[in-house]
Amino acid sequence: MVLKEEDNFVKGYISGEIDAFTAPILREKLSAIDLKDGLQAELNMTEVSYMDSTGLGVIVAFFKNVNANNGHVKLTGLSARLKRLFDITGLGEIMDIETDDKGGN
Amino acid sequence: MPQEIERQYKEILRQYVMRQTEQNLYTGQNFSRQLIQKNIAPEEVISIHKASLEEMFPELPMNVWHSFDLLIEMMIRYGLALKEHESLLQKQEEMKVEMDLAANVQKTLLKTTVPSVSGLEIGLVSVPARQMNGDYVYFLSDSKDYAGVAVADVIGKGIPAALCMSMVKYGMDSLEDSHTNPAIVLDVINRIVEKSVDDDMFISMFYGRYNVENSIFTYASAGHEPALFFDSEKDDFSELHAKGLLLGVVPNVIYNQHDVKLKTGDFVVMMTDGVTECRTDEGFIEQEIIASLIRSVKHESAQTMVEMVYKELEKMQNFELRDDFTLVIYKKTS
Repeated sequence: MVLKEEDNFVKGYISGEIDAFTAPILREKLSAIDLKDGLQAELNMTEVSYMDSTGLGVIVAFFKNVNANNGHVKLTGLSARLKRLFDITGLGEIMDIETDDKGGN
Repeated sequence: MPQEIERQYKEILRQYVMRQTEQNLYTGQNFSRQLIQKNIAPEEVISIHKASLEEMFPELPMNVWHSFDLLIEMMIRYGLALKEHESLLQKQEEMKVEMDLAANVQKTLLKTTVPSVSGLEIGLVSVPARQMNGDYVYFLSDSKDYAGVAVADVIGKGIPAALCMSMVKYGMDSLEDSHTNPAIVLDVINRIVEKSVDDDMFISMFYGRYNVENSIFTYASAGHEPALFFDSEKDDFSELHAKGLLLGVVPNVIYNQHDVKLKTGDFVVMMTDGVTECRTDEGFIEQEIIASLIRSVKHESAQTMVEMVYKELEKMQNFELRDDFTLVIYKKTS
């Protein structure tokens, strides 16, 4: 994952497969982000080829932490499969999600 | 014993010094295996080597003998590392035994009885990918009017997931009344789970309740994979969607519940994402394939159906489960 931080804005580019083996790495990277009050975070997932429920757990934990500090998390570039995962789990309703429309979904 | 080892080693060394053949070298290799088995430390091996040399070639210069003393000193750490390795192996063995015990406790703790009510067949298969199962099935039934079933999947695997499951079990136990509405069931469990889990741990759960009197299956979902409803008249599947957030994210969630009426031959398939996220080397097994697989066994009994589907999906994944696998079928037979 590549992170770009400035002032109160942080943008992360996540790539590859997020499963039980790689999720701890993502968790560590996300926990390194300084949770300033009112942080605006954006996670771009265009390059995520696969994510299982463990990965989902990491993303939601980050979402809860940022929200607890009056911040906002936005997820962008979700594939149809990822979007389905967020919809089924009901997370699509409480999180700010943008799908990857370039793919024609 | 050490004397015997010294004698054998001296003989092997003598042979090799005389003739440097592959065979003689191989004898030494085999002997080192015996030494390891007998817990002989590396520095002891060098001491034996030095003693043998002293006997065979007493005229070697002093500095050669001194160099051996240094080498022995050098090897002491290696000896300690070896001992550490052995004690780790032993600890690992102990942990394995404890894991087995824990898995057994889990099995006993989370045991549930498949209910039998009139006109309904229930099939169940639940297989953990690792030793502990992160999937959970719980039946709530009065054996007469209602047959309720909870299918849950803890996000996260292994031991933490397994421990989390006991929470669902005791929450379900507290409900007692099999008449309870699915939306209420999920609300109760959500409040319990939300208070007790870590930020990155969640549970998805589907709850369905079959009413014997009017053949209506009422269901609600907490972020769980939608169940499949097979309409025997149309010979087609539809997804049973119900809005609702995963258990344990926020305390107050409103769960929607819906009804579907079952006719004879209709069935409902409930599963965890171990089924829908089945992966082969070529990619995911698509839902249509799973649906057609289920359709191809639709005339079998509910239990035979789940077993056949499981075996087929297992085969497609080369018998290697990546995730816990749970499949429940409610089939109306009359």
